[in-house]
Amino acid sequence: MSENKELLKNGKRIDGRGIEDLRDMEAEVGIFKRADGSGYFRMGNTEAVAAVFGPRELHPKHRQKPKRGILQCRYNLTPFSVEDRKRPGPSRRGKEIGKVSEGALSSIVFLEEFPTATIDVYMEVISADAGTRCVALNAASIALADAGVPMKGLISACAAGKIEDTPVLDLKGEEDKDGQVDLPIAMNAETGDITLLQMDGMTDIDEMDEMLGLAVKGCKKVAEKQREALMKTFEDSK
Amino acid sequence: MMDITEIEEQAALDKIKSGKRLDGRGLKEFRDIKIETGVAKKAEGSAKVTLGDSKVIVGVKFGVGHPFPDTPDEGILMVNAELGPMASPNFESGPPGKDATELSRVIDRGLRECEALPLEDLCIEEGEKVWKIMVDIHVLDHDGNLMDASALGAIKALKEAYMPGYEDEKVLRDQEQEFKIRKVPIACTVGKIDDKYIIDPDLVEEEIVDGMVTVTWTEEELCSLQKRGNGGFKKDELLKIFELAKEKTTELRKIIE
Repeated sequence: MSENKELLKNGKRIDGRGIEDLRDMEAEVGIFKRADGSGYFRMGNTEAVAAVFGPRELHPKHRQKPKRGILQCRYNLTPFSVEDRKRPGPSRRGKEIGKVSEGALSSIVFLEEFPTATIDVYMEVISADAGTRCVALNAASIALADAGVPMKGLISACAAGKIEDTPVLDLKGEEDKDGQVDLPIAMNAETGDITLLQMDGMTDIDEMDEMLGLAVKGCKKVAEKQREALMKTFEDSK
Repeated sequence: MMDITEIEEQAALDKIKSGKRLDGRGLKEFRDIKIETGVAKKAEGSAKVTLGDSKVIVGVKFGVGHPFPDTPDEGILMVNAELGPMASPNFESGPPGKDATELSRVIDRGLRECEALPLEDLCIEEGEKVWKIMVDIHVLDHDGNLMDASALGAIKALKEAYMPGYEDEKVLRDQEQEFKIRKVPIACTVGKIDDKYIIDPDLVEEEIVDGMVTVTWTEEELCSLQKRGNGGFKKDELLKIFELAKEKTTELRKIIE
């Protein structure tokens, strides 16, 4: 509950951002050697790396789909990414985020091209300051592209939220902790298809409209950053 | 899923595209819902929900434990879900997988975000002892839409629950203290197939939808959202889905109250 902490003053947030500003971003493609594709993404103090393996044969065999491949995600917070050391390995929260990440990424990959196969996406959060699932997905999306997986577009993610009764874009840690609503989304910024949507907090439809609008704008900016990082790999290889 | 044939999927899809459903329902109709309470005698509150052929039993137990360090004077809510091997040929024994974890966490958020439970009244000794409310969702038969069935079962079981007594470090289960929930969060899952929206997808329909959104409403406020499955939704589609879910949860509220 926010009682005395002031998260918003004269339209400025605790880190000086306006209500529609994203944190500063950094993206890098092809950071690992062994993985088929890899990526790094940072928004403010939240950073994550992702590695992609496949398409490769799916085991156990009974999980194979005869007509299409599947995409599997692991989302994990490293033990040192949070204030108090976290027990290693995905928590209940991590398992759930893994699942919704599969839902977010599967629709942009041409999975029907790879019957019986799996594409495995591994996401590790290096530092957590809110928005970890979004940052991890942003890294995963460029890692998929880096792996040469045929895709219909890029998935770009960011969260909107509500602090002191005001809808804002891209919450950072303190805002998430003391804020009223957290609304992470992921979308194909080209088509406007929202493929991840979660929300907790109390709100109504008008406010949702406003927050979704903010988040959609944010995702488009994220997409520019991702594209820029991907283009850079081609320039480098010239 | 192994037990659904392509012919079934195609038939369900064709029906929906023509505005009907295989079991004769309209697109925006729930299957028959039956809720029984007091089904687990040892539980402080329990409910069995039959939603079409899906069956879920929810039990509420109270216990005493250590509070979380960031809320030393508040009780604890724990929600757990078991998708045991009895409920489907595709479920296996073992620790909760991704599906069970998602199920329990979505129900948990629905209850937590609207502060349905008076957790701040459940402190016994600050920083030392608080009541723990443990909500266990046990799926008996899986024919789709476990999310809405479990949410109904959880809130009904909590509504029915009493709080045991506590004296000399002992939980006295033969004493019944009043326990009152403050809000009634209700979940409604909306699936999308092309330009059609369906309510309460059954097992076959869950396989063929482009995507689903589980929307949890209290009487006035939206308190939790979870997009499920692979597809995507445009912003305007989502706003329509929230409205539709509000209308349907208002209907369901009558069954609970």
